[in-house]
Amino acid sequence: MPLNLADAIPETSSPEREFLWTLNFGPQHPATHTTLRLILTLDGEVVVHAIPDIGFLHSGFEKLGEHLDFNQYVTIVDRMNYISPVSNEISWHHAVEKLLDIDLTPRCKYIRTIFAELMRIHDHLVCCGAAALDLGAFTAFLYAFNLREKINDISEVASGQRFHPSYTRVGGLLCDVDDVWITKVRAFIKLFYAAYADLMKLLQRNRIFVDRTRGVGVLTKEEAINRSATGPIARASGVTRDLRKDQPYLAYKDFDFKVVCSTEGDCYARFLVRMEEMVQSIKIITQAIENIPSGPINIDVNSKFVVPNQMSVYRSIEGLIQHFELHMTNRQWETPKEEIYAATESPNGELGFYIVSDGSGVAYRARTRPPSFVHFSLFPHLIVGHQISDIPAVLGSINIIAAELDR
Amino acid sequence: MSFADIKEKLTAKFEKLNLEYSSFRDNDRVIVPPSDLFEILSFLKTTFCFDMLIDLSAADYLHLQGATHRYGVWYALLNVENGERLIVKTHLDDPDPRLPSMYDLWKGADWMEREVYDMYGIEFDGHPDLRRILLPDEFVAFPLRKDYPLRGMGERHNFQSVIRSEA
Repeated sequence: MPLNLADAIPETSSPEREFLWTLNFGPQHPATHTTLRLILTLDGEVVVHAIPDIGFLHSGFEKLGEHLDFNQYVTIVDRMNYISPVSNEISWHHAVEKLLDIDLTPRCKYIRTIFAELMRIHDHLVCCGAAALDLGAFTAFLYAFNLREKINDISEVASGQRFHPSYTRVGGLLCDVDDVWITKVRAFIKLFYAAYADLMKLLQRNRIFVDRTRGVGVLTKEEAINRSATGPIARASGVTRDLRKDQPYLAYKDFDFKVVCSTEGDCYARFLVRMEEMVQSIKIITQAIENIPSGPINIDVNSKFVVPNQMSVYRSIEGLIQHFELHMTNRQWETPKEEIYAATESPNGELGFYIVSDGSGVAYRARTRPPSFVHFSLFPHLIVGHQISDIPAVLGSINIIAAELDR
Repeated sequence: MSFADIKEKLTAKFEKLNLEYSSFRDNDRVIVPPSDLFEILSFLKTTFCFDMLIDLSAADYLHLQGATHRYGVWYALLNVENGERLIVKTHLDDPDPRLPSMYDLWKGADWMEREVYDMYGIEFDGHPDLRRILLPDEFVAFPLRKDYPLRGMGERHNFQSVIRSEA
């Protein structure tokens, strides 16, 4: 990408700044994990100025959202933050269901909540593991990835897909969960504490890890608010907002959990907040898995929002008509001609969708409010004054997922 | 501060402007004219402490039935202290869609405004670095506009693939 490199260097012409040099970091670099590019202006080892250059993974998801219906688009949404796919699906259908004014069944709410929290653990494990990997702690990464595999297995049991489950549907879920799933989640809860203890033992008081993260990339509370940071990054800086408590969606108001905060705002605080959030998530899962209500997972077919199951399509006239209505491209859902913004607390921060509806079953405009995009704009601010070796630490702590960043 | 209070105070302060208010589900919206956008948003930020800009994006209403303007730009605001939310919306038209930049109020507007510029061609006056953000600099169209086709306008052919022997 021909970016005017002269812009990257502040006042190069002045003689006292002549010793600055420019370094191109990425788009292919082990510490970026995906494709991001940074143009760094350096004074020796110290970063004076950083310009992120993004868009390498831009694939027009929002344009696709204007051409796919509410159930089809879930497969695209899945691929945004692929480290916590079900969170994206839940968020997307949360917005659609708010637009259609659907109240989910209790069973569906619980299963979605469990999935959302499993995905939070999944995301935080990968984030903390990869952050440790970039700082040289390879073992911690393996422990984290090992546990993450179990969550992929749980997704597979529920939906048949490990990585991109596309599990939610308007007004419900793809299919109900079975006993195997519940056994797997229970087993996961037991495994979690052991792996969590291992990770903490390896990292929490690890001299190298602490030295390289404490005091690095400090984000003050004022800056966090002013620069629109949300989620664990904002909470590590002392912003106490959590959508699960502020606007309890799904079944969150039934559970006892704490919002994890810190006031330090550095990479180490963000690591600790993520680790503690996992414990809170497992608390929610433990409460939810033993109390999943019985009953249907989808709302009533007569509401004309859900796709009926195969049995009722083949055996009843209502089911057949309903199936036809939702799958013919000129019929589909009847939506109010309105606009709505709805957000959920995804592992990375506030993941919102703004839907403009023209009355049909395809969104007229499906805007994603991606947390990674907003958080990466913080990066130049966080890295200035630090050394090149701090870049992996800061990048790892803000957890940039390029697919969500570029969409 | 409830939406009714905000309504009352905004109407009192900007009585000449004829602001429109609406609510849908839990979204509260104010529709404001683009000429007074900066003034209204800074009033909202200082008076009602909407100190976080959660979302800023746009839509193209070209094919939407009943729409009176071409573009709509929304600002989703959050009061961090009490979690209150408000959406401020403004409408724009061709040619030369142009808005004041909110970078001075919220630094978070930086990349969001660049994305809107990239996708819709709406320019933000006073933005420190208004360049394309997701698409390459030599891209000429604005792909999220409704008159841009889903499959593109042949841009891919302009990007020659480079093979190793020629590089």
